[in-house]
Amino acid sequence: MAVPILKQGPVLIASIQTALTDTDVLQLREDVMSQVTRHRSRGIIVDVTALDVMDSFVSRSLRGIAHMTRLRGAETVIVGIQPEVAFAMVQLGMQFEDVQTALDLEEGLALLRDQLKEPLAGAG
Amino acid sequence: MQAESRIAIESDADVVTARQRARQLAGELELSSTDQTLLATAISEVARNITHYATRGEVRLRVIRDSGGREGIEVVASDDGPGIADIERALQDGYTTGGGLGLGLPGARRLVDEFDIQSEPSRGTTVTLVMWGRNAGRSVRA
Repeated sequence: MAVPILKQGPVLIASIQTALTDTDVLQLREDVMSQVTRHRSRGIIVDVTALDVMDSFVSRSLRGIAHMTRLRGAETVIVGIQPEVAFAMVQLGMQFEDVQTALDLEEGLALLRDQLKEPLAGAG
Repeated sequence: MQAESRIAIESDADVVTARQRARQLAGELELSSTDQTLLATAISEVARNITHYATRGEVRLRVIRDSGGREGIEVVASDDGPGIADIERALQDGYTTGGGLGLGLPGARRLVDEFDIQSEPSRGTTVTLVMWGRNAGRSVRA
């Protein structure tokens, strides 16, 4: 199932709605990269609030998105990691230090707003 | 509650099904929300190993009881794929032959209460996970 990606000024918001298969995750990575290029986006928010599991594959793929978009000059923020999911990721041994995270969409937008040092049109 | 449920693992969608079925069962047993998530994550890791290394296999879920009446969920993920030549190494963080992070097996082991792995090269692999409920079953206390 495809993850909808909304454009809000210089920011893309990918809002995961349901459990993702590995194929969906790879599709998301591809979609984000092509939209970042098309829209010359400066920031990306991936909202994972709906994910009840972030295993090593999903975590690695999200980290990959963050690294790849950074090489394109755009910052990614992962928002909405659930408390239980955070606990499981730590137990699993996932390293996520080099990825920006925020509590929720609002906090994520605020973080990007600070970093981009420009008003995010239409994003509050 | 049926005695055992079996999920054939042949695609990445089956991996999602297996962990969702386990979470549902864990909910019925009133495992904590955190334990449900830990178990579902561990299943995701071992079930992905099936699709990745063995192409197909199965995940079986059942409710088990210890001598104290405590209930738990046992997950058996098995395949008759290539097997693992060196289990010791496969259980070390960061060791992988599949291009991943090498966190699957050691990570899954840290997520659950009990973990066992049996494997023989060219015969297949069976991983058993157990997550116990935190309290004795209600049937015992009643």
